[in-house]
Amino acid sequence: MTDFSDLLLLLVVLTDFWILGTTRLSSVIRAAALQGAILAALPIALHPRLSLHIIGLGAGTLIVKAIVLPGFLHRAIREASVRREVEPVIGFTASLGVGAVAVALSFAVAQRLPLPESQTALLVPVALATVIVGLIVLTTRSKALTQVVGYLILENGIYVFGMSQAERVPFLVELGVLLDVFVGVFIMGIVVFHINREFDSLSSARLTELRD
Amino acid sequence: MRLLGLLLVPLVAAAAAYAHRSSRFRNAWLLVAGVVHLALVASLWITPSGPVLGDWFALDALGLVVLSVVTILFAVVAVYAVGYLRTESPRGGRAFVSCLLGFLASTSLVALSHHLALLWVGMEATTLALAPLIYHRHDRRSLEAVWKYLVLSSVGIALALLGTFFLAAAQVKGRPLLVEDLVLTAKTLQPGLLRAAFVFLLVGFGTKMGIAPLHAWKPDTYGEAPSLVAALMAGALTSCAFLGLARVAQVMSAAGQAAFMQPLLLAFGVFSLVVAAAFMLGQTDLKRLLAYSSVEHMGLLVLGLGLGGKGAYGTVLHVLNNGLTKGLLFLTVGNIVLVTGTSHVPSMRGVLRRAPASGALLLAGLFAVTGSPPFGPFVSEFTILGAAIGQGHPWIGAITLGLLAVIFVGMARPILDLLYGEPGGGSAAPDPRAGGLRLAGPIVLVLLVLLLGVYLPLPLREVLARATLSLGGVVP
Repeated sequence: MTDFSDLLLLLVVLTDFWILGTTRLSSVIRAAALQGAILAALPIALHPRLSLHIIGLGAGTLIVKAIVLPGFLHRAIREASVRREVEPVIGFTASLGVGAVAVALSFAVAQRLPLPESQTALLVPVALATVIVGLIVLTTRSKALTQVVGYLILENGIYVFGMSQAERVPFLVELGVLLDVFVGVFIMGIVVFHINREFDSLSSARLTELRD
Repeated sequence: MRLLGLLLVPLVAAAAAYAHRSSRFRNAWLLVAGVVHLALVASLWITPSGPVLGDWFALDALGLVVLSVVTILFAVVAVYAVGYLRTESPRGGRAFVSCLLGFLASTSLVALSHHLALLWVGMEATTLALAPLIYHRHDRRSLEAVWKYLVLSSVGIALALLGTFFLAAAQVKGRPLLVEDLVLTAKTLQPGLLRAAFVFLLVGFGTKMGIAPLHAWKPDTYGEAPSLVAALMAGALTSCAFLGLARVAQVMSAAGQAAFMQPLLLAFGVFSLVVAAAFMLGQTDLKRLLAYSSVEHMGLLVLGLGLGGKGAYGTVLHVLNNGLTKGLLFLTVGNIVLVTGTSHVPSMRGVLRRAPASGALLLAGLFAVTGSPPFGPFVSEFTILGAAIGQGHPWIGAITLGLLAVIFVGMARPILDLLYGEPGGGSAAPDPRAGGLRLAGPIVLVLLVLLLGVYLPLPLREVLARATLSLGGVVP
């Protein structure tokens, strides 16, 4: 089973790069949805002794991260009729480079972390890399919608890290975490709608009225 | 049972209020839930309740202090909201009351949970419950405020989740992530991972508290949110975030990591005071001024926590004082803004003549928040300063004292200006209706803050002492 989970983790890193390198908003959302589906399979691959807890976690993740949230974000861009991420703070090629550095760094850091009985050596570095990629997307993209996806990627990275503790964290808590992420992205999405209506653009760079 | 009641009462009331079309019923649900919640907390002061659901929910002294701040503020805000909703009709109508009640449920969850992951769930829920309330005017400015608030708070709180998982990874013995077991088995925690967990949790909960340099959302949010929402944020939400940090500090000091934790806390504390002092000078918006005052007081809380010893006692007491004082100030400012129509200081002059009661309350609030005797914050700030000087950090004590003086000037100048200044034309709106409901809350709060400054009843002193000891502090 380790081989399969390693494959899934590698796919998570690949979707990270897909998100960093793409210009179309709809592909960014599609990549995030794919990543959500991979994450839903991850607990089942990592914990071959299936329990209700693991299955419930996988199913909840699939519904929230792979189906409902991406669908909602797709609707948001359709109504706003924006297609492309324009003029990111750092270019797409450069952000791919930064992403590569982040992955290398994550592997170096994860080796030094004194983590106990982790099921696969890839788990922690992939988690850290995804967290960093999420932060990069959040900070360097100018469209509010891409920033929401960045937040989703950041949460995905933390979720992967949480996998190493899945047997210790009770189901109720994971349900709460999923629900919070869901509501959080939902409210952000609604705000994005309003930003679009007020400013005729999804760009959060226009939000500069409040300052000292 | 009563502990679960603290969560269920506001949740049921939120759902019930949402179902009603008439605002009269919604207000009734708000008031009933606020009063029942207050009564439940009062009964917990008289007869404590044991832990429920396998120790996941329990009320220790620290939680009781925070919960008391939350419930007093909420009851006051509920009464205020009834008056406010008669004169103002914020968009989102039905959801307004339900979001307030959802906030009460999630803050209660934070105060009660002794399972750190559950505490995280509650903390994130507080962020989300308040977001729709900030965006009440549906204009560009409140849109910008709510966006900054959501993005910064969510990222901060996501990092806190990462820290929580690090803490789980550091733990080898005991039930996972339960505060009691973490403290009991603290010596067996893996030190490297524990430190990493602390850094993430400090950044995460620090963002939620709004200590500098993680405070960027605060002036915008407090400036744009309705005053009663800002009162809940500055008084209740920040106290809950501090509780999260204090729980981690409990584990850190039990694990013998105080030497790693304290310099970080002291640095954040002093830097918050510096930032607050710098941005207060020349500030012309009253609500933003109060937001920087909140940065200052969060800095003092972190400073006291970092000092330990008697500083821990000062911090616990300051949670109470700061929460109630912030409620007093924001509600009073809300009343004044209803009269003047703006929170821009130069256009607000002559408040003492146009709204004498609110003007007097603002003056009292000014002296309370700047730590002047005989108000409560004086006692707690004095304790923290005394701890700095008495426990081998004379420089930190001296710097803090200097910054507090600058902050006093920074706050007193605009506030005295708007109280006593000559009104520069402008149309003086007539005092809106339902003034009594909106004045009752601030009056109760100013009396409580005054009482805390002159006399601490015995049961309160006992609870403060137990809370201080749980943080590894010393009761003076």
